[in-house]
Amino acid sequence: MMDAPLLRVRNLSVTYPSDDGDFKAVRNVSFTLGRERLGIVGESGSGKSTTGRAIMGLARPPARVAADELVLGDIDLRTQSERQLRRLRGKRMAMVLQDPKYSLDPVMSVGQQIAETHRTHLNSSKAEAKAASLEMLNAVHIRDPERVYAMYPHQVSGGMGQRIMIAMMLIAGPELLIADEPTSALDVTVQSQVLSIMDELVRERGMGLILISHNLHLVSSFCDRVLVMYAGQIVEICDAGRLADAQHPYTRGLLAALPELGRRRHELPQLQRDPAWMDDIVTPLETTSVKGGA
Amino acid sequence: MARRLAAPLRRLGGVVFSVILTFLGLTAVTFVIGRFMPIDPVISIVGDKASTEVYDRVYKELGLDQPVVVQYATYLSKVVRGEFGNSVMTARPVLEDVWRVFPATMELASLALIIGVLVGVPMGVIAATNRGRVVDQIVRFMSLLGYSMPVFWLGLVGLLLFYAKLGWVEGPGRLDVAFDDMVPTITGLITIDAILAGEDEVFFNALGHLILPASILGYLSLAYIARMTRSFMLAQLEQEYILAALAKGLSPWRVVWVHALGNVWVQLITVVALTFGSLLEGAVLTETVFAWPGLGLYMKNSLFAADLNAVLGATLLIGTIYIFLNMLSDIVYTLVDPRAREPS
Ligand SMILES: Nc1ncnc2c1ncn2[C@@H]1O[C@H](COP(=O)(O)OP(=O)(O)O)[C@@H](O)[C@H]1O
Ligand SMILES: [Mg+2]
Repeated sequence: MMDAPLLRVRNLSVTYPSDDGDFKAVRNVSFTLGRERLGIVGESGSGKSTTGRAIMGLARPPARVAADELVLGDIDLRTQSERQLRRLRGKRMAMVLQDPKYSLDPVMSVGQQIAETHRTHLNSSKAEAKAASLEMLNAVHIRDPERVYAMYPHQVSGGMGQRIMIAMMLIAGPELLIADEPTSALDVTVQSQVLSIMDELVRERGMGLILISHNLHLVSSFCDRVLVMYAGQIVEICDAGRLADAQHPYTRGLLAALPELGRRRHELPQLQRDPAWMDDIVTPLETTSVKGGA
Repeated sequence: MARRLAAPLRRLGGVVFSVILTFLGLTAVTFVIGRFMPIDPVISIVGDKASTEVYDRVYKELGLDQPVVVQYATYLSKVVRGEFGNSVMTARPVLEDVWRVFPATMELASLALIIGVLVGVPMGVIAATNRGRVVDQIVRFMSLLGYSMPVFWLGLVGLLLFYAKLGWVEGPGRLDVAFDDMVPTITGLITIDAILAGEDEVFFNALGHLILPASILGYLSLAYIARMTRSFMLAQLEQEYILAALAKGLSPWRVVWVHALGNVWVQLITVVALTFGSLLEGAVLTETVFAWPGLGLYMKNSLFAADLNAVLGATLLIGTIYIFLNMLSDIVYTLVDPRAREPS
C-alpha cells in the first residue's frame, strides 16, 4: 500500500540559536509519507511551520537544521547544494502558505506569477507558460482564466487567491505539497471549497500532501493519517479514522475540545499539560505499529 | 458606469483642490516675507537719496498704502498672470530671468538625481541583502558621510582635486567660453542641445563641466536614497510572498531584484520626488561654488543685491516645482502600484 515512500524524515531537529541559549523548535521528528494525505496538528508554536519549512530547505535563518534522514523520493535533501535545492522547489516539492493576501506578490499580475514557476522549471517560452497557466487556472476551477490571469492579487478574493496560490505551486508538477494552514485565513464558506480543489488535484496527480493545521477536526476529516505535535515533538501518529482511540493525553485534550467548532480560530481551549510529555518521542517503529490496523 | 468614473474624478478633484490650497499658502508665505523683509522696496527702486515726494509717489504706485488684504489680492492676481515685477539687478522681468536660468539648474539636478538613483538604489539593495556584513557597513558609512558633508566643502575639494590637480574634469561654469553660443538653445539643457545639434565637442565639454557638481549633488541624494532603499528592502524581505517565491524555486537574485525591488519602488517614488526637490534647493550652494549660472546662483546674487522681486519670484518657482513634483509622484505611483490604479 505504501510503496516507495515519497518523503522520509528521521530525527529532524531545528534549533534557533539565541543569546540566552538555543531554542529547539523541532525535536527529533520522524515520519514517512507515501502518496497520501498526512495531517500535522498541534497548537500554535508547536513547530508545525518550522517542520514544513525545514523540509523545503527554507528554515528561517539563523535556524540550524539537523536530521538523520531527509529523503525526497531518491534524493537525499541534506546533501543538496542550494542550487540543487532550488531546482527541487516548485518542481518536486512545493508549499502553499496561509494567507494569499500576503503570499502573492502585490505588484505582479497573478498570471505572471503562475507562469513564472512554469518558466523557471520547464524552460518554456512566454506563450507556452501562459497557455499552461491558463490551463492550471482552469484546473483550480477558475471560470474565466483569461480575465483572472491579468488580475493583481488585491483584486481577487481570499478563496480565489488561495486557488491561484495552489495553481502557482502545482504548475510544475511537484509530487509533494506542503500546505501550511491553507484555509485558516479564509472565510468559512470557502474553506471546504479550497480544500476539495486541493484534494482533487493531489489525488489526480498521485501526490503526497502534508496538511498543517491547528484544527484537529479539519485535519481528521480530510487526511488519511494524523500526526500530533506538541512543543516541537510528535506525541502521536495515527490513522485519521482511529483518532478516537488515541492514547496520548494531549491528543485526547485536543479531541475533547472538538465540539466547539464555532470558536474563533487560533483559540484553543486551555489543555492539560504535563512536562513528562516532552519525553514521549514517537519513533518511526511505533508509527508503523499505530498504523498497523489500516 | 457613472460609479466607476466617480471615484477617479473625486480623486482628481482632491488633487486639484490640494494643489490650489498649497499654492495659496505658498504665495501667502512669499507675500509675507516680502512685507516683513528688512528691505524697503521703495528704496530699492528710488535709491536712498530720493526726495520725500518721489518716495511717497512710488510708495503709492506700489500700492503700499492699501490694506494688507488688498495688497495680497493684487499680488496674487499678478502672480497668477506671471507678473513678478522687474529684477533690479538685471532690469528685466523676473519671470524671464528665472525662465532663462532654470534649465541650468534642471540639468544639474536631473543628472544628480540619475546618479543618486542608479547608484543609491543598488547600494541599498546590496546593503539589505548583506545585512550586518562588511558591505552593509561600508554603505552605511558612505551614507553617513553624505549626510554630514557640507556641499561647499565637497565642491571646493572636488574642484581642487579633479580640476586643478588631476585635470579630469572641466572647471566652474557650464561651458568653456570658446563654445559659448555654438549650439542653438532648444531645451536649455546644453548637453541635450549639443546632441540635437550633433556637436560632439560641445557635448563633451558641457559634460565635463557638469559631471563634478552633478556627482557631488548626486552623492548627497544617494546617501538618502540608499538608506531608504535599504530599510524598505529589509521590510519587504520579511514578507510572505518572498517565502512563496523561494518555495516555487526562484533564484535569490530574482526574488530580490524582481519581486522585492518591485515593491520597494512603490515606496521609493515619494523619496525620489522629495530628493529631487531638495536637489533644487541644494543647488544654491553647489551653483555658488561652481559658478553654475542656474536658479541657485541667481537667488544668491539677488539676495545679496537685496533684489526682492527676484528672490520671491525664484522662491515661488521652487515652491511650485515642489507642488508639481508631488503631483507627479502621485501619477507615477498609480503606474507602479496596481493597488493605486482603481478606487478603493
Ligand atoms: N526566527 C525564529 N527565531 C526564534 N524562534 C522562532 C523563530 N521562528 C519560530 N520560532 C519559534 O519556534 C516555535 C515553533 O514555531 P512554528 O513552527 O511557527 O509553530 P507553528 O507553525 O506550529 O505555530 C515557536 O515557539 C516559535 O516561537
Ligand atoms: Mg505556523
